[in-house]
Amino acid sequence: MHSDNHYYDKEITRQVISVVVLNENNALSRIVGLFSARGYNIDSLTVAPVEGSDYSRMTIVTTGDKRVISQIVKQLNKLIPILKVNEHKDVIEKDTVLMKFSIDNNLADIDVIAKTYHGSIQDVTDDAIIVSATDSAARIANFISVMQKYKPLEIVRSGIVAIER
Amino acid sequence: MTGAKMVTESLHEEGVDVVFGYPGGAIMNVYDEIYKQDNFQHILTRHEQAAIHAAEGYAKSTGKVGVAIVTSGPGFTNAVTGLADAYMDSIPLVVISGQVPTTIIGTDGFQEIDAIGISRPCTKHNYLINHIDDIARVMKEAFHIASTGRPGPVHVDIPKDITAQMGIFDYSKPVDLPTYKPTVNYNKRQLKKAMEAISKAKKPLLYVGGGAVLANCSEEIREFSKLTNIPAVETLMARGVMGHDNKMFFGMLGMHGEYAANMAAHETDLLISLGARFDDRVTGRLDQFAKKAKVIHIDIDPTSIDKLVDTNYPIVGDLKVTLKGMLEAASEMKFNDYSNWNDLLLEYREKQPLRFIDSTETIKPQWPIVRIGELLGDKAIVSTDVGQHQMWAAQFYPFSRPRQFVTSGGLGTMGFGLPAAMGVARGNPDKISINITGDGSILMNIQELMTCVESKLPVINVILNNNYLGMVRQWQTMFYGNRLSETVLDAQPNFQMLVEAFGGVGYKVKTKEEFDAALKDAVKQKKVAMIEVIVDRNEDVLPMVPNGHALNEMTLIGDTDA
Repeated sequence: MHSDNHYYDKEITRQVISVVVLNENNALSRIVGLFSARGYNIDSLTVAPVEGSDYSRMTIVTTGDKRVISQIVKQLNKLIPILKVNEHKDVIEKDTVLMKFSIDNNLADIDVIAKTYHGSIQDVTDDAIIVSATDSAARIANFISVMQKYKPLEIVRSGIVAIER
Repeated sequence: MTGAKMVTESLHEEGVDVVFGYPGGAIMNVYDEIYKQDNFQHILTRHEQAAIHAAEGYAKSTGKVGVAIVTSGPGFTNAVTGLADAYMDSIPLVVISGQVPTTIIGTDGFQEIDAIGISRPCTKHNYLINHIDDIARVMKEAFHIASTGRPGPVHVDIPKDITAQMGIFDYSKPVDLPTYKPTVNYNKRQLKKAMEAISKAKKPLLYVGGGAVLANCSEEIREFSKLTNIPAVETLMARGVMGHDNKMFFGMLGMHGEYAANMAAHETDLLISLGARFDDRVTGRLDQFAKKAKVIHIDIDPTSIDKLVDTNYPIVGDLKVTLKGMLEAASEMKFNDYSNWNDLLLEYREKQPLRFIDSTETIKPQWPIVRIGELLGDKAIVSTDVGQHQMWAAQFYPFSRPRQFVTSGGLGTMGFGLPAAMGVARGNPDKISINITGDGSILMNIQELMTCVESKLPVINVILNNNYLGMVRQWQTMFYGNRLSETVLDAQPNFQMLVEAFGGVGYKVKTKEEFDAALKDAVKQKKVAMIEVIVDRNEDVLPMVPNGHALNEMTLIGDTDA
């Protein structure tokens, strides 16, 4: 094909997409089903109701080349209960992690590291502490990797929420 | 009124005149209401899959929404192939299924299955009705969604307790779907650019797809082609849009396309896609398809654009509306003289016309198709099953208008033909419903002969019997060292006795004279008929673009004899 006007480069990029969708029983399965049926990636997916409306907002992080990303956006728009699909360009995004450690660790060290990632100790029991941190996805990944030396007992991540600047 | 009555009243409000279906436990309340009314006819098929295909044949040939009703569990799962078929070919259907009572859902009840979970990827949209107050709204939305934008099947699943409840029925509220607004009107600036590109092109080509049938814009396309002198090719799904005797028409393109059509796509410098979707059976090797061309792609579905090929001029809109805009613009524009381009295509056609080598000893499988065309032509609507006979029908029948060819294009469903032809017969009583089929496909929904007899649907089935699953046999011969794995159909019923056992008329023919006599008699009989034609069993469908090859790399008649 001629491609003077525009062309799709094959570079794989990461894309944050937010979807405003009617609250109905099947909305989530429609969206997840679309991704699996067409072989698209979901790296992260979060969903919560939009205040004072019949809609929910989903934030999906996906990867693909430009053709794939453009198809994902169009295919999502085609689903009947979807009101709006935003292909974000300039976003603030946040990811939260909850990590559980044995109480035998150096708690002061953990607290200091957590603070560098906008986190803190959330809960202490007789044998464990729970730390949470909220930051960009890349920094949270970094935080998790740094904390490996304290041998986390459990790690739970929220997935990404994002808002356009 | 009861939920069940709301369902039948909704169908009445939508002007439905026939429903195809099969009763069962979870849908009995609705069937009780069907019994009590006479606003629409119910045709009892003998399998739920056939009910959906019949609704498809009805919808495809008439342009109306097809309706089918099935029960829960196996009734619904039997219908799934039909839903998938309609989804792939964008056929407007509303399919209603019964479901176990809401109190039983999720407990693995008798004949319970997660129907909307199954139908989600093979419908345009689906609903599980949870409340009786939703019935009218959902039914109205279902018809609206099925028939607008890019059409498609909509599935409505209704639990048995909901159809038993009482409520107030109000069908007067207009459809209000803020999340569903198909783009009808094209972008004027985009169209202007596209029209400029057309006026500058040297070898423009109209690539006409199934969307042209769905948008009812055959006249506009013919007019545009005539006005601008731009030649056209059709996909399988668009057969009939241009009309076989149109001098601007250069045939079907694709894997079994005509030489001139495939060469046209290969040579064009501006491909004007009108409701086509660049299916792999059309394009052949994608990176070689229309390699020299810029692309104008007009489609009502934005996802079709830039899905497979990069488009230079994307236009989202209703094809009929857009073509009217194009005609208006064209009337004030000057176009290049495309007569050299048309002459080149004529040369291609003369060099390699679509043909078969006829025989005096056996009946070549293409011959009955040509002959039906000669004898019935415009009076017939042709349905097919899937395989060699389907390609021959697409190649050799002289289609003169859209909606004259009813075939399973996208999904390629064997067993489609007979039930689809029943829908055609029901929707077009003034036409002759012909099902061109093979000895493999016909047995996949053979039980529908009973439906034809009971509901007086005079479908004429023409079986091109080559004792093979012919298309798979052709591939095995060409690409699998002629190892005929499970494609030799030596075991065969006596088709004549079979159809007569159901109450229809049967013919077995081995000569052209016998065929003519059988077809003429079958038309006269006005009941379901089966003409078994013993054909040359080794005939291949040609031309053929082998998988992974470009459209100009065709295997032609004569190439395979050596």
